Amino acid sequence: MKNYKNTMQKSILVLFVLISSSLFVGCSDDDDPPAPVNEEEVITTMNVTLTAAGATAITLQSQDLDGDGPNAPTISVSGDLTASTTYAGTIELLNETESPAEDITEEVEAEADEHQFIFGPSGSIASIAYTDEDGNGNPVGINFTLTTGDAGTGSLQITLRHEPTKPNDGTLAGAGGETDIAQTFNLTVVQ
Amino acid sequence: MKKFAFMLFLLSTAGNGFAQNCESILLGQVVDFHDNTPLEGATILITGTPLTTITKSDGKFRFEGICDGVLELEIFHPDCKSQFITITMKGDTFKKVSLEHHLEELQEVKVVGDLVKKETNSASEQTLNLNTIERFSGKSIGDALREIAGVSSLNTGSNIVKPSIHGLNGSRVLILNDGVRMQDMEWGEEHAPNMDINGSGSISVIKGAAALQYGGDAIGGVIVVSPQKIIKKDSLFGKSLLNAMTNGRGGNISSELSKTYESGWFANGQASFKRLGDREAPDYVLSNTGVKEIGIKLNVGKQLFDWGWKANYSFFDAELAILRASHIGNVDDLIRSINGGQPEVIDPFTYDIDAPRQEVTHHIASLNVYKRFQGLGKWNVQYDFQNNRRFEYDIRVGDDRNTAAIDLELTTHTFATDFKWDASSKRTLTMGLLARFQNNFANPATGVRRLIPDYEKFDFGGFLIADFYLNENFTLDAGVRYDFNRVDAQKFYLESRWVERGYETEFESLIVDDLGTQLLTNPKFDYHNFSGTVGFQYEPNNSSNFRLNYALAQRAPNPSELFSDGLHHSAARIELGDLRISSETSHKVSLSQSKDFDSWGYSVEPYVNFISDFILLEPTGVEFTIRGAFPVWTYRQTDTRLIGVDFTAYTEFHTNWKTNHSFSLVKGKDISKDQALIQIPPVSFGNTLTYMKPEWNGFEIRLESRYAFRQNEFPPNITIFSPGLQEEVLLEINTPPEAYHLLNLDAQMAFSVFGNGKLTTSVSAENLLNTNYRNYLNRQRYFADDLGRNISLQLKLNY
Repeated sequence: MKNYKNTMQKSILVLFVLISSSLFVGCSDDDDPPAPVNEEEVITTMNVTLTAAGATAITLQSQDLDGDGPNAPTISVSGDLTASTTYAGTIELLNETESPAEDITEEVEAEADEHQFIFGPSGSIASIAYTDEDGNGNPVGINFTLTTGDAGTGSLQITLRHEPTKPNDGTLAGAGGETDIAQTFNLTVVQ
Repeated sequence: MKKFAFMLFLLSTAGNGFAQNCESILLGQVVDFHDNTPLEGATILITGTPLTTITKSDGKFRFEGICDGVLELEIFHPDCKSQFITITMKGDTFKKVSLEHHLEELQEVKVVGDLVKKETNSASEQTLNLNTIERFSGKSIGDALREIAGVSSLNTGSNIVKPSIHGLNGSRVLILNDGVRMQDMEWGEEHAPNMDINGSGSISVIKGAAALQYGGDAIGGVIVVSPQKIIKKDSLFGKSLLNAMTNGRGGNISSELSKTYESGWFANGQASFKRLGDREAPDYVLSNTGVKEIGIKLNVGKQLFDWGWKANYSFFDAELAILRASHIGNVDDLIRSINGGQPEVIDPFTYDIDAPRQEVTHHIASLNVYKRFQGLGKWNVQYDFQNNRRFEYDIRVGDDRNTAAIDLELTTHTFATDFKWDASSKRTLTMGLLARFQNNFANPATGVRRLIPDYEKFDFGGFLIADFYLNENFTLDAGVRYDFNRVDAQKFYLESRWVERGYETEFESLIVDDLGTQLLTNPKFDYHNFSGTVGFQYEPNNSSNFRLNYALAQRAPNPSELFSDGLHHSAARIELGDLRISSETSHKVSLSQSKDFDSWGYSVEPYVNFISDFILLEPTGVEFTIRGAFPVWTYRQTDTRLIGVDFTAYTEFHTNWKTNHSFSLVKGKDISKDQALIQIPPVSFGNTLTYMKPEWNGFEIRLESRYAFRQNEFPPNITIFSPGLQEEVLLEINTPPEAYHLLNLDAQMAFSVFGNGKLTTSVSAENLLNTNYRNYLNRQRYFADDLGRNISLQLKLNY
């Protein structure tokens, strides 16, 4: 019986020695700070410039500097549009988390066959027409024309779809694909 | 009953020892290894002679007129395996011999019809045997586990199947792979266990936290995957399995080979390969759902009764395609998908695995040594190393097209030791200690902000478990465990997120560096967790069994619950953890009663589980970005109650016919909010009818019906503003799909080939009627129907 107890005490002792020695082995510390990640594909800003002869150029902007962060994008419209006018429109996409800001429009142009802007005009915004093409002769929408109707209020929904069905009927449902940008601008059209 | 044979031979010879002296007397005594009580009724046989005798009540035996020289004795006892020993008779000889018997092996003999010992005495527990494992050889471990009542799964398509026990999954379900606790980022809903089902001998499920030796945080339960037992004799055997299936137009092959020696040495190796292309729903191809898996296991060791060691290495690599249509851009896309009824992308069948996809590699290396001390017990020491590398590829543009969006490397070292005092037949006592170090590295080369940060984690644990065998019918068990966890992370927060989470005053001290828009923080959190269990088993006779168990378990939050922050691209949702999350505590009472009659039997297992500070992830709203609105899923703690019952029954109403039935119900409630809990499996009801005709080459045919009810208890949906529709819409993100009924059929026959070999062939059809259905616990239910009919052929060759 005495022998039994001794062996038991010994085995417990060995157990503790082993476990405590493993603690020292395990605790190597390396505290080099990790490298921050600045997202490259983020589109923070969309600038839409509308110009027409004899009318003031208008800029529509949607800016979301924290990307996928909690803050919602800020939307601004620089002024009112003139009734019954055809504007030439251009879209510029930027990643402003980088300095200087990265121009994402170039990436969209380079992969134009995999992208398309879909426009949803309403109210006093009469119509939109594509003025550019990808390599397959399908519209892209970086350049377009916007025609205003009578004075009043209207809105313009701009959606950038990635890998849409091309060609399509110009509607969101017809285009499919994934949304890279989706913004709606509320506009005023004056005489 | 529990006799642990150990034999001590007192050898004596009469007179002077000269060659060919045939007047020696062989005297001996057979005693229990542990408590030295004499064993009566052991048969002793001198091989090559007709001499045989049986031990008396004092365990002694005697042979007279034995010649000097080398003799071989065979000792047989009803509770033990036959043993051979060689002795040399030469004059006055005294010899002490240790024989190989395990407590474990003896218990196997005791449990009639159950080849695997139970992990606990009092908890609800069930085991999948080798036959079932082989039937699921072409599937995943999660698919096979659904055979057990009370086990369901949380799926992402058909490749990613996470087991869920009594309604709980993820970090609450601990998986023990050949003695090694899997460390493979089990926290993510789209992270499947990184292991191959092939190569395992049995899989046990303990439904609850009662198996304290494996961990104190198994609030859902423990899955113990064990290799096939090593037989200690000179033998070389192997097995190959080939599965071919129509749905996915592919299959898998698995081969294993084992070599064992009488001396206790053994080695075995197993390898498997699986390849499937796009799966198909009844009406369309599920584009981008292929899979490619490779699994390798190697074992070598020596197992003797008093000591032994084993080294193990296993490798698992999986490339899993994720349904193309489940990759969505924003909440408007999600609304479109939910209302669309059909996937947005349906392409022709292909074997290609494109983005979105996952690629996971898992290595395990372990070394286990045990030593048995006579009259005391068994000491076990184990070290294991694991490396888990996970890439998640998203649909990306430009130069990043082939760069993973998530790239994590998790390395774990574990050292564990335990001592089991099993010398007494009245009780056993097990004490163990554990130390673990884990490092997670999130590669910044992804160009995507880390969803899970870099961290180091330290775990220390200790436990004490006691089993008391009060009498033939009554067993009591109890245990306590303490675990310390420390997590030390290096995490970047967007400044706007830091403010939105309300961390700026409470956690200001964690900030290490301010990078302008981002903050580098160093959260260091300690958790002290206590767990315990107590229960009993009452077996009035061989055909009935009653178990009652109470288990207390505490689980520290995992890194995703604490640190998740950002857009989870593959899920198109923003997931937000919370640094304030504390450990959750579960109190579970489970009862299990089973009874066998002449031609039928049943078991019923009701349980209740109260979990305070339960950590859950649920949709809470949307956040607006330039890409539109994204659903936000937030981790939250609440008090919950899970109540359920598992019921199984069988009948053998005719020699050739048998039926099996199972029914599982679980109800989950968020007590604080007085609403249903998210992702609770619906009621399921399964029935199987089997016809067997052994004389026709072991012919067997089974028809299985599985009915899944609709989950009628679910948390409320959320109302969100849709930028696309410019209005508030109800997002039916929680609404469960309709009930469904599936029929499966399989048939098998076995043939003898090449002398000792055996070829088993089986044909099976799943979803025989090609029913369209969606499963509430499949995360892709918003986008596509579940799998259509699958016909598969299996060939198994044992050699």
